[in-house]
Amino acid sequence: MLQATGLELSAGGRELIGALDLALAPGQFWSLLGRNGSGKTSLILALAGLRSPRAGTIALGGLPLAAHRRGELARRIAVLLQDEQTDFSGSVLDYVMLGRYPHSRSAWSRDEEGAAAARRWLAELDLAERAAQDYRTLSGGERQRARIAQALLQDAEILLLDEPLQHLDLRHQAQAMRTFSRCASGGKTVLAALHEPGHAARHCGFAVLLYDAGRASLGRSSEMLTQANLEALYQCPLEAAGTRSFLPS
Amino acid sequence: MKTVPILVVALVPASLALAIAFGSVDLGPERLADAIIGHGDEIAREIVWGVRAPRALAAFACGGLLALAGALLQVLLRNPLADPTILGVSGGAAAGALAAILLGIGAAGVNLAALAGASVAAGAVLAFSLGRSGWNPYRVLLAGVALASGFGALVGMMLSLAPSSQVQGMLFWLLGDLSPAGDPTAALAVLAACAAIAFSQSAALDVLILGEDKARSLGVAVTRLQSIAFGCATLATVAAVLLGGSIGFVGLVVPHLLRLSGVHRHAALLPLAACLGGSLLALADTLARTLVAPAELPVGVLTAMIGVPVLLALLARLR
Repeated sequence: MLQATGLELSAGGRELIGALDLALAPGQFWSLLGRNGSGKTSLILALAGLRSPRAGTIALGGLPLAAHRRGELARRIAVLLQDEQTDFSGSVLDYVMLGRYPHSRSAWSRDEEGAAAARRWLAELDLAERAAQDYRTLSGGERQRARIAQALLQDAEILLLDEPLQHLDLRHQAQAMRTFSRCASGGKTVLAALHEPGHAARHCGFAVLLYDAGRASLGRSSEMLTQANLEALYQCPLEAAGTRSFLPS
Repeated sequence: MKTVPILVVALVPASLALAIAFGSVDLGPERLADAIIGHGDEIAREIVWGVRAPRALAAFACGGLLALAGALLQVLLRNPLADPTILGVSGGAAAGALAAILLGIGAAGVNLAALAGASVAAGAVLAFSLGRSGWNPYRVLLAGVALASGFGALVGMMLSLAPSSQVQGMLFWLLGDLSPAGDPTAALAVLAACAAIAFSQSAALDVLILGEDKARSLGVAVTRLQSIAFGCATLATVAAVLLGGSIGFVGLVVPHLLRLSGVHRHAALLPLAACLGGSLLALADTLARTLVAPAELPVGVLTAMIGVPVLLALLARLR
């Protein structure tokens, strides 16, 4: 259980989140929705223990994040960051294998178990044939899937995903959402910042909506993702798309 | 992929053997073979074991230290152009050494002054770069470049003030020269220690390429790792500069040669960089001793003359 209490976040002198109480329990798949600059990334970084909140506490299993050792946190919380400027120049498989760092640190023995798991995730994300290819030669969407595979390989009980669907085509958006959904049904906790409420409604049981000026509301997707709420959230009028818009089934 | 490490490791004894076999005096194959196994005349044995062997090992240690420091700095600063000179250490050491030469202090004094200059430079760069939230690679780069050009100005001033009789000795210091290297034992010990420490951090360095936040989320103590690696790179650079002055291009080119040959993991890259840097400098120093024998070229001139075309050729191939 990852629990935030009285959480306040700010960036560049702007208040992003004020007094947020949030409890992410095992088996739950949460979407995190909000306009650009509403604080989605700041919330994910804080929940991962990578940024200190201005106020409030974040606890994992009842203990504040700071009381956990870095290595233990890495085995329990995996983060998919939004941006990555990497000079990584090895193969796709080697790239994904970096996700095994919290579990296996020996420079001497080959991590066969990790490599097998990495290949399974690559296959699940349609990247099996890219395993031996240079990571830098992948397309943007393929890189994103390799990054997802790396985060999944970390095999943490909590997955914090910042815009996991960026750069992905429709097929792979649906594939990724189904994969996260299966992780949640398997007992993991998943929180994903998304820009498509349709995906959130279909796959996520719960939603956090970040409004401007630090306001947030959260609850079951069925109650949160209403037309009125989304219009207020995105500050633009919406209409039912009917047969002119498509989401992967 | 597997052939590169084997070739690099095989190059170590090959380069040292060549460095021992060739020099300003041509011993001929028989005298050389006798001297190597400890037979034959005393002069030949002294040339091989008293002069060439320590010089070859000094060159190996110096090149290995520079390449190791370069490989570490390139990942720490996330900058492919990083090399040991970026820490300002070479400039600081040169300024100290030249001041000592100008004041007419003996060889031991020159080395001490070089050590003092290198320490001041390294201390200043590190002090400017370690903030409350850890190391800041951009500040390392900026402080290092600023200090290097400051020391460059000091060096220029001393060169223009120095009597012409001293300028020759100063130039050899600035261009990189292994002829006054002396006993290589200490430098080899530093090389072994730095390589072992860096190797112990190799898996964490692999992860650091993903960025500091991602590395932290994977359980790397990023600030501690950076401190260890910066310390290691600084120590290696100081030891190399004290041994051979400002020898350029080894620290920049060798790690890139290995990466372009498909060596990416630091567990392989760091030890292979030490081996390849050492071998290449031992070979370059052999050329420096023999090309214009009985005179000697500063080895730094040769490494630059070889390093520049090699790097440009690699860049052209990458396009």
